[in-house]
Amino acid sequence: MSTAEHHVADHAHDDHDHGPAKGIMRWLTTTNHKDIGTMYLVFALIMFLTGGTMALVIRAELFQPGLQLVEPAFFNQMTTMHALIMVFGAVMPATVGLANWMIPMMVGAPDMALPRMNNWSFWILPVAFTLLLSTLLMPGGAPAAGWTMYPPLVQQTGDAFPFMVFSIHLMGASSIMGAINIIVTIMNMRAPGMTLLKMPLFVWTWLITAYLLIAVMPVLAGGVTMLLTDQYFGTTFFRADGGGDPVMFQHIFWFFGHPEVYIMILPAFGIISEIIPTFSRKPLFGYESMVYATASIAFLSFIVWAHHMFTVGMPLAGELFFMFSTMLIAVPTGVKVFNWISTMWRGAMTFETPMLFSIAFVILFTIGGFSGLMLAIAPADFQYHDSYFVVAHFHYVLVPGAVFAIMAGVYYWLPKWTGHMYSEKLGKLHFWISTISVNVLFFPQHFLGLAGMPRRIPDYNTQFADFNMISSIGAFVFGFSQLLFVYIIWRCVKGGEPATAEVWESPAGLEWTVPSPAPYHTFDVAPEVK
Amino acid sequence: MSHSKWKRLWLGLLGTGLGLGLAAPAMADWALNMPRGATAISNEVYDLHMLILGICCLIAIVVFGVMIVSIFLHRKSRGVEPAQFHHSTKAEIIWTVIPILILVGMAVPAAETLVRMEDTRNADITVKVTGYQWKWRYDYLDDDIGFYSTLDRASNAARRLNSGIQPAGVDNYLLDVDNPLVVPVGAKVRLLITAADVLHAWWMPDFAIKKDAIPGFVNEAWFRVEKAGTYRGQCAELCGRDHGFMPVVVIAKDPADYAEWMADQRSAAGLGDEPGEALAATPVAATSVAAAAPAVDGEREIDDLVAMGEALYQQHCAACHQADGSGMAPAFPALAGSPVVTGSLDEHVGVVLKGRPGTAMAPFGPQLTDLQLAAIVTYQRNAWGNDTGDVVQPGYIAAAR
Repeated sequence: MSTAEHHVADHAHDDHDHGPAKGIMRWLTTTNHKDIGTMYLVFALIMFLTGGTMALVIRAELFQPGLQLVEPAFFNQMTTMHALIMVFGAVMPATVGLANWMIPMMVGAPDMALPRMNNWSFWILPVAFTLLLSTLLMPGGAPAAGWTMYPPLVQQTGDAFPFMVFSIHLMGASSIMGAINIIVTIMNMRAPGMTLLKMPLFVWTWLITAYLLIAVMPVLAGGVTMLLTDQYFGTTFFRADGGGDPVMFQHIFWFFGHPEVYIMILPAFGIISEIIPTFSRKPLFGYESMVYATASIAFLSFIVWAHHMFTVGMPLAGELFFMFSTMLIAVPTGVKVFNWISTMWRGAMTFETPMLFSIAFVILFTIGGFSGLMLAIAPADFQYHDSYFVVAHFHYVLVPGAVFAIMAGVYYWLPKWTGHMYSEKLGKLHFWISTISVNVLFFPQHFLGLAGMPRRIPDYNTQFADFNMISSIGAFVFGFSQLLFVYIIWRCVKGGEPATAEVWESPAGLEWTVPSPAPYHTFDVAPEVK
Repeated sequence: MSHSKWKRLWLGLLGTGLGLGLAAPAMADWALNMPRGATAISNEVYDLHMLILGICCLIAIVVFGVMIVSIFLHRKSRGVEPAQFHHSTKAEIIWTVIPILILVGMAVPAAETLVRMEDTRNADITVKVTGYQWKWRYDYLDDDIGFYSTLDRASNAARRLNSGIQPAGVDNYLLDVDNPLVVPVGAKVRLLITAADVLHAWWMPDFAIKKDAIPGFVNEAWFRVEKAGTYRGQCAELCGRDHGFMPVVVIAKDPADYAEWMADQRSAAGLGDEPGEALAATPVAATSVAAAAPAVDGEREIDDLVAMGEALYQQHCAACHQADGSGMAPAFPALAGSPVVTGSLDEHVGVVLKGRPGTAMAPFGPQLTDLQLAAIVTYQRNAWGNDTGDVVQPGYIAAAR
């Protein structure tokens, strides 16, 4: 008690606990988890708009049949870069940014466990994406073999090839460092009394996500390194003419790739599990079963990868195994959805912007889950595979899924970060435009896929014209409505109604016990958790 | 339990719930849904698809229904006091067990269909399907004929960037080919699917077949078409710049018409009435198997070679190097005025025969005959102002192989 008082008194005079340095050096050299979290989030937003612009090039070309705007080769560069940027540049850094900002505050720690490595893991990212984006200006253009980088096609990439491989190495290094940091922080720096099963669910989902990252990012790095040596050093890992196996790359890629989709969605589950109880004014239903469901999903994610490859010609036994194991994922995912709805049941709900995005998440992510279950059925997957049905499926789980959850989280914690309330009116406007347009954008793509339109094509038969036009209109509305999101954040940073420490009506969690905006250093003295 | 019993069980359960929501016939005209297709297997897959879709819709109605009711009833503005319950082991067990039972109910019919789809035994006809950038090749292994199948000319002209041709005015835009795969109705056709360069996937929605074509591997698939007609599909695995422009077209003919078609093909290829005479024949026709013995053709006139070469160039080279030889730098270099095409003949022939590893330039040696390659090289060396006056004879190609 007396120590704490002494400490607080010190701050007024002492240089020891000064605020941030001034100017650009603050951001280059910072080891503060809040600064680094902010940089991750701003970087993710810039990449989201960059990748979104590429998506609009794609949708503009697909607006009507015939080629009007871009050559097919450039179209393929757009689809490839769009995916790489959105996965590795937007969704993943955004969730890492939220983790940086919130995990230390949620577990009552003063900062991340390894602050200098934290700085390093962020600053690698702009380098990685500068390398990747610079390929757009190179002879032969950017990578165009899809974000899945399947050989032998990827071996036809021009000068961009080594840049793509090295940028993925860098992204992987950044993710692994970030993941180690998160695990060490959670394991070692929790406030006294905060047992594992008292941790907020966002912390739990991130803990499990971090283990997934450490397990699979090296696998991806190994896979792309083998591509590199096949290209330049005469190895034949994936070259049939040298005794290699092009399908082996797909196994390696999806052994990374399937856990990767949970790396993107588990933190989203965590965010939603924080927001729904707050605005239902009721504790989360089935906390422990949520933790176990998350762990089960993570485990299952390692044994389902070949459902992305049902058409490569696996033995029947392999197809049956991957079909059954994939269907099993529906069980823990269902538990999560049922728990969220039970949390809402007999609560006293209000519908501020974070809650609206969360409710949309539950419904639209579940629709993506249903189409995922359909895709698990191998005989039907032979029809769905590599069609627009798949495009609709993974965009449903990633856009109104992961991205909506991130937006919900941003609205939820923005007052804590800035000390100002965002404009609720504009937030709701952003929500309604986004939710309507995202469905106009992606729902018709189910029909296109079922009717036989393959993915990754720049031009199509006239029977697909109507739904493509509708989808493109949705895309433009959705894309431009995100500028509203940028404006709302900007306005909230600059000013607005002052936020209280709690911000919302009695939310749970240590982050709401510190003032808004959160001071540069929080929990220098660990709080006591009962 | 047999597939049909499962089907009846489910249909009984679903009947009422689905009556209004999923009026499949009304949807068909709008191409909202998967086609039923033309084979018994494709019908099974369609039923499976509708079954799972139906189950998902039912679950969605229940789950979202509860949620929407809650949103209306349990809102603060109605002055309700929030309950504080937060746990029920019983509920958790119920909503773990029920989904598992539903999944088992889906898995059994799916597995049964899968077993039937993978049974490629006792085929009547075997066709080898080879994917190339960007065309298909079909080899009828029992009848010694084979041919390339490329995008039809009308679509190919309309699909150029700003071609000025309306796709709506082209019949079966992007879904038509010069030489479709022809099969007899009622026969079990086995496909042996592979690729020569990169991955492709042979997709025919009406047969519920999608199988990857992989260099160095041979995949199997089979179908038995019930009804004569023309069926259309596309390549489904990204295979480079013209991935969207290599359709799959299958014509199913009555057995008598098929026999007649096959006889025509064989005589055009210089083959007799009986299979097995292929090796004796000279591979001169455009439809013949390329990798046969070296050609014994005599000397050809430059005009003949250029005329033949131009047609072959449009078919095999123009997708990248463009009809006027202008290419698309830097990935696809121009041939007009190119140092390779106007320079050393050896180098030019070498590139055409062996390709350029690490680029999209494929080795055409295994794909085309000596005469065809001689014609293409001669055409390239004399077209678009290249005017080298060089004439390349088939014997030169044979020596260079």
